[in-house]
Amino acid sequence: MEAIPRPRPFEQRHVGLLERAGFMHLDLVLIGAALGLIGFSLITLGQTTGEDVANNPHFYVIRQAIYAVVGVALMLAIARVDYSRFRELRVGIYSVMITTIVLVLMLGQATRGSRRWIELPFFTFQPSELGKVLLIVAVAAFAIDTARRISPVRRTARLLLLGTIPALLVFMQPDLGTGAVYVLITLAVMFIAGVRWTHFAALGAIAALVVTVVLVIAPAMEVTILQPYQEERLTAFLDPSEDPADASYQINQALIAVGSGGKTGRGDDATQTQQDFLPERHTDFIFAAVGERFGFVGAAFLLSLYALLIWRALRILTVSKNLYGSMIAGGIAAMFMFHVFVNVGMNVGIMPITGIPLPLMSFGGSSVVVTFLAIGLLQSIYVQAQLTSKRGAQTALR
Amino acid sequence: MYLGGDWQRPPMPAQFSLRVAVLGGIALVMFAIIFLRLWYLEILSGDRYLAEAQNNQVREFTVQAPRGEITDREGEVLVDNRTALELQVKTTELPRTSKNRQELFKRLGEAVGMSAEQIRKQIRVQTKDLPSSPVTLKRDVPYELVYFLRENQARFPGVSVERVYVRDYPQGTLAAHMLGYVREVDEEELKDPRYESLEPADMVGKEGVEYTYDDLLRGINGATRVQVDASGRPTGGQLSVREPRTGNNLALTIDADVQAVGERALSSIGHPGGFVAMNVNSGEMLAMGSNPTYDPSIFAKPVVPQATYEQLTSDATSAPITNRAIQGLYPTGSTFKPITAVAALSTGEFTPETVINDPGEFEIGGITFKNAGDAAFGPIQLQPALQFSSDVFFYNLGADLNEEDPDGGPLQAWAKQLGIGSPTGIDVLGEGAGLLPTPGWRNENFERNTAPDSPGGQDVVVEEGELTDRPWAVGDNVNLAVGQGDLQADPLQMAVAYAAIANGGSVVRPHVGLRVEDPAGRAIQEIDPAPRRQLQIEPTWRQAIMEGLHDAAMAPGGTSYPVFGGFPVEIAGKTGTAERPPHGDQSWYVALAPYPDPQYVVAVTAEEGGFGVDTAAPVTRQILTELLNVKESKIKDVSGEAAVAE
Repeated sequence: MEAIPRPRPFEQRHVGLLERAGFMHLDLVLIGAALGLIGFSLITLGQTTGEDVANNPHFYVIRQAIYAVVGVALMLAIARVDYSRFRELRVGIYSVMITTIVLVLMLGQATRGSRRWIELPFFTFQPSELGKVLLIVAVAAFAIDTARRISPVRRTARLLLLGTIPALLVFMQPDLGTGAVYVLITLAVMFIAGVRWTHFAALGAIAALVVTVVLVIAPAMEVTILQPYQEERLTAFLDPSEDPADASYQINQALIAVGSGGKTGRGDDATQTQQDFLPERHTDFIFAAVGERFGFVGAAFLLSLYALLIWRALRILTVSKNLYGSMIAGGIAAMFMFHVFVNVGMNVGIMPITGIPLPLMSFGGSSVVVTFLAIGLLQSIYVQAQLTSKRGAQTALR
Repeated sequence: MYLGGDWQRPPMPAQFSLRVAVLGGIALVMFAIIFLRLWYLEILSGDRYLAEAQNNQVREFTVQAPRGEITDREGEVLVDNRTALELQVKTTELPRTSKNRQELFKRLGEAVGMSAEQIRKQIRVQTKDLPSSPVTLKRDVPYELVYFLRENQARFPGVSVERVYVRDYPQGTLAAHMLGYVREVDEEELKDPRYESLEPADMVGKEGVEYTYDDLLRGINGATRVQVDASGRPTGGQLSVREPRTGNNLALTIDADVQAVGERALSSIGHPGGFVAMNVNSGEMLAMGSNPTYDPSIFAKPVVPQATYEQLTSDATSAPITNRAIQGLYPTGSTFKPITAVAALSTGEFTPETVINDPGEFEIGGITFKNAGDAAFGPIQLQPALQFSSDVFFYNLGADLNEEDPDGGPLQAWAKQLGIGSPTGIDVLGEGAGLLPTPGWRNENFERNTAPDSPGGQDVVVEEGELTDRPWAVGDNVNLAVGQGDLQADPLQMAVAYAAIANGGSVVRPHVGLRVEDPAGRAIQEIDPAPRRQLQIEPTWRQAIMEGLHDAAMAPGGTSYPVFGGFPVEIAGKTGTAERPPHGDQSWYVALAPYPDPQYVVAVTAEEGGFGVDTAAPVTRQILTELLNVKESKIKDVSGEAAVAE
């Protein structure tokens, strides 16, 4: 217990020592929620994808486990870094994000009519996933940067532009869902940054106009903005059909899967999942697989884990030692909320089909690793807040 | 001051806590929506979705029941089934988007050797009436294709190969008209209570006995409910099986040998025509045929090409689909004379001994009627009048029997009672009615025709069987007495009328169905319809007529003596040569055998066949030869001896 505040160089050394002490300052509830989710994912994949890849019943489980290990390691590493340093790197981070997305557009591999991946020596990487976190970190930094120097309107416009450019690039891949995520997290960061309510109201009006143009006026003038499959997916949930080739067939099958789960699930009798009726059951529709196999109980448990995750993100938002941390935490919380709501909503037939994964549940390396990365950032904010408040407490004690 | 540094909490934006609360509120609402939806799906509607999930994986496959066999009276198989592998498309399971459908058709076309356009056309044609019925693209597809499609089922949604039963005709064209054919049930028929239990694509009899005895021949389809995965592959579990029930077998009264001889004999003379052979007491048909004929197996193909259909129905090919035994309606010529004789005898004013002078011609109402070949027989009685076929004798009877009553006199009454001019009620579809001319019929049509508002105004427009060009006159009855004029009858009607005269007045109901047997061979129904009515034909009348007809066939000078004079079995028979403008003369022969107590009646007619003795009678002789087991070598040739032409 020191009575006199220490000079800064000493403080920094002191922080370094505490960090080495390890996990004592991590948000263990958040870690518990994340590990619970990835564990649930591995169990679900193990039970539903056993026959998907010939002669390799553990194909998806093993890969997902490897992604999880890599993700957790990355999370722990990031947690030890003071996120505030990323502020200075904002231009670099933003440039890396834009460059990788453009790279995808230029040489990415075409998959089902859209380009989202880059082939790396060991795995295919989806830059637009990483881009989500990079965008949060960069836009939040720019928001701090512009806070006092320019007029509120210009600030709003500039932040919006920073978010819209990568959103449009992703949209051109074309990946409608991820593009929407970019816009949403930009808005969330701006919201926490204190952009005026009137500006949001104006943005809402503009958005309504754009939707009208894209969905009503442009088709009437025969200008193609949405790919046909995108438009079909967006509207299919309004009119489920029987055609296996239709997007609405997928919705129908997902609904039957979830509904048939009942209270406690069908276990090994989960025919929707086991007999291929449910499409993409290891990625986009994994929630329906959970709903069928584990029933309302299982789905509710899964949702509680997400509630826990989002609650902790929001809590970290409030305890952050600085606005930058709050904005990052806000962006990440919004990102999780959007992913969970859109993906689960699609699985239960109240949202259109978009390729948005369910964080830590859906099979996929980029998504799993990037989600752990985001949680690492939250941990970093939490750790820094702990360290600061400890110091604050020490100061207050004086 | 260093306390205000970066590591200390900087001033937060305005309403920071409100903004955080808004975020939290959104999260809360979001979770609430998802939970409620989940609650609704899993807890409230769980049972419904569970049922749907279970239904999702159950597919019911219809197991087609084989149709019963049709045999002749001796058990010789006329119609049975063969199995065929059929490439089917179920339109309800095809991809919904036209692009996906087009790609499927292209893939399928490459696999089966059809163009996508052909496939589309087939689907269009076959679903025109019943949009939901499966479309048969090809029949008898090779096994390689079956395996290929099964292995790649996921790439061919809605496409399957089904084992189906197809009608097979081991005797070729034999009895084609009588047997009829089966086709897929159509939309109209499905609304008919007769086809209540049927589903699209089921087969039903469309003509002949296939139609009449359809409900007995048709089996009851079975069904297998199996579990399948999303691409329709069975996953092993067979949930329930309802075995198909084979249809009953039908034995016909037909004798295949007689039938074959009759068809061969008729076709050998090269004229369109028809023949019947019937038991005079029971109405059992021994044979019934029509020339030209057709191959019934063309209807066992999924689609009958338009060209084939035209070939079957066009006048240029004498419409082979027409069953001239029951649909060929012609004036009957002198074969009508026994009917006239019965009518005259019934009046009591005319007896077999009544002598009428035949000077060779007969004048009434300013018109002169002559004997054929300008013959003159002098004063004769009924028996020789029949033997030589004196027209003048019967002209006199026709004039005497004429009555102005709308229904005519005894001639019309007896002809009608004997079955002329109305369907006989045979158990074969499509029987014609014919026309028995009466004063009422002729006068009514004449009035309608000459009414100011008639289609032709005051001008006379004659349409066959519809309108007449003048009111009834005694000449019409004179014509009818010798089977000329407006009279229209088919061979079966004549056979029934002759049978009634020969059996003492019983107007039988002709039938080709003999017995229905279940698949195990147990008889479950004997078909023996009661006679339609009993007429009062005195033995003396019968004897006089029978003797006349016997002499006509067997006695020198008889009209058909050249054909039957040397026949080892005594028979009675009457020739007929009817004028049928604008066509050539209609040739007729009706025989009762054996004489004097006939078992069978045979009636033959041939379009433009000329004298009855030249075409119809020889055909009849061949039929009787088979029917009565006569050895060809026993038939003496008397054709060199002089015969009197009618």
